[in-house]
Amino acid sequence: MVRLSDTVTPDADAASDEPAALPGDGLREGVIDDLRSRIGESLLDTHIAPNDDLWVRVATDAWADTGAALKAAGFTYFCFLSAIDWMPSPYGNGEADPTVEAEPIDMTIVQGVTGGETRIQVFARLIDIDRHVGVTIKADVDDDHPVVDSWTGSFAGANWHERECHEMFGIGFNGHPDLRNMYLPVDFEGYPLKKDFPLLARMVKPWPGIVDVEPMPEQPEESDT
Amino acid sequence: MTMMSDRQQLSYIASQAADARLNVELETEGMTLNIGPQHPATHGTLRIIARLDGEQVIWAEPSAGYMHRGYEKLTEVRTFPQVTTLINRIDWLGSFANEVPFILAAEKLMEIEAPPRAQVIRTILFELSRIANVSLFLGDLGVQMGAITPVFLAFRDREYVLNLIEGATGGRFHPNFDRIGGLKDDLPKGWIDETRQVMHKLIGFCDEIEDLLFGNEIFQSRMRGVGVIPADVAKEYGLSGANLRASGIDWDLRRDQDLPMAWDKADFKVWTHPDGDSWARCWVRLQETRESCKIVLQLIEQIPAGPVMTKVPRIIKVPEGEAWVSTENPLGEMGYYVVSKGDLGPFRVKIRSASFNNISIVPWVLKGVYVPDIITILASLYFILGDIDR
Repeated sequence: MVRLSDTVTPDADAASDEPAALPGDGLREGVIDDLRSRIGESLLDTHIAPNDDLWVRVATDAWADTGAALKAAGFTYFCFLSAIDWMPSPYGNGEADPTVEAEPIDMTIVQGVTGGETRIQVFARLIDIDRHVGVTIKADVDDDHPVVDSWTGSFAGANWHERECHEMFGIGFNGHPDLRNMYLPVDFEGYPLKKDFPLLARMVKPWPGIVDVEPMPEQPEESDT
Repeated sequence: MTMMSDRQQLSYIASQAADARLNVELETEGMTLNIGPQHPATHGTLRIIARLDGEQVIWAEPSAGYMHRGYEKLTEVRTFPQVTTLINRIDWLGSFANEVPFILAAEKLMEIEAPPRAQVIRTILFELSRIANVSLFLGDLGVQMGAITPVFLAFRDREYVLNLIEGATGGRFHPNFDRIGGLKDDLPKGWIDETRQVMHKLIGFCDEIEDLLFGNEIFQSRMRGVGVIPADVAKEYGLSGANLRASGIDWDLRRDQDLPMAWDKADFKVWTHPDGDSWARCWVRLQETRESCKIVLQLIEQIPAGPVMTKVPRIIKVPEGEAWVSTENPLGEMGYYVVSKGDLGPFRVKIRSASFNNISIVPWVLKGVYVPDIITILASLYFILGDIDR
């Protein structure tokens, strides 16, 4: 019998199935130059991981403009938006042996690639589907006044991501239509993904994972780290 | 906005005016309809609040968060190998596929690669979890419209795939089989022969579902032209997977990026559909299941010899850095943005799950549809609750 799939070939005019050439670092540098011509001095820092990925950091004031500029430059696919708290957790990672007195934790804040000045940064990722290239955009968020402009004007999909970011990191988004909580109850206090928010389950009972460093039966005694 | 002739435009304006007049004459009081959190049509605990005017939705809002487990926070107090146990449970129907991008991100930071044999087996298991996941979708699709038979077929044939996954990994749902640097174990004896048979069975299942459902007149009239998502809107909301390809965008991360996986060794077609309606989304998924079976059939013939695990230290410390890896999971683009500070565990993991973006379009797409279409549109967008809430 004749099946639908045999008769319907709706994507006859679509691109061929040959994979397009993967973007080189030349293309990534081109993206940086293009962005610089659009937002000028607001482009603070860039980083290219060879043959892999591209990061840019922009000024906080230019956060929303960068989204619009990149959209105009062809980055029309919105991947995600979130934030990161660069402060090391004052509670450690919960792996420490509770019987030994813990070493003091180094609380220096070190921002990752493309640097930064503040404890919290927002970051987002956009993809150019035609040129097969993605870019991660970062911006500092002021510690005392954690507010940035909303991306919802350029990307409607940023709506939920900004809501999530708002409740998890306490970052405000200017111009967002509806910053209600997504996950947490309305009366929840604190911002769970900030590093100074304790993970209560771990505070009450330390992780027993420490026991599993026992040597496996057929393995040598010494640690080979 | 699509181009319209003057004639079309005039008739559109006339129909709008007629509607408006009718609405004034037959004005009804608005009503709020609550679907869920516990409702068979919502695949879990998703709640949809819809404000209705007569039978038309004028405003709708999904309310997620009934299943939020805080995985992004939990990853910060676990070591890298322990994290896979958590992320198995994000999209619980395609668990193995969840592990892969995270492991790849960790491997990228450590600058190691799995041996070729492990890469191929990984890809096979990845595609098997896609088949297990999407075959349930294909069966479930009928249930949303009152057809019971397809779901029995789906559960029957999915079981064969789950048996394969169990045979190779030991876990039906949560394999936790992927390791940094390779795989936990090699394939068991006789597995490849059985896989070959099961894949032919599953191709038969796809044919069966296509005859039973996609050729069905009721199915077509419920799905065609309903819930249309144009390409630019789909991109703006970050839709991914079959939802994006059903809007005519030729974008598949298996083909369009360079990953240490074995998809480039198989010859497969990326299906797209220009319509962007519910039917297109389901149809693309059906074709993808077939392609997955073909990928598996090709790859089991070319598994290279060699070890399945590269040399990694017993206590894994991942060097400082940031990495983003995403793969084309059963539900769409699943990615992990992993930040490491050189410790045993990650400093921060941003989980970009497909369903979160796919469902964020619901307020847009449900505006103006009729009440029975809510269910079919949600079914065609295909989400797993764990993948929304994480």
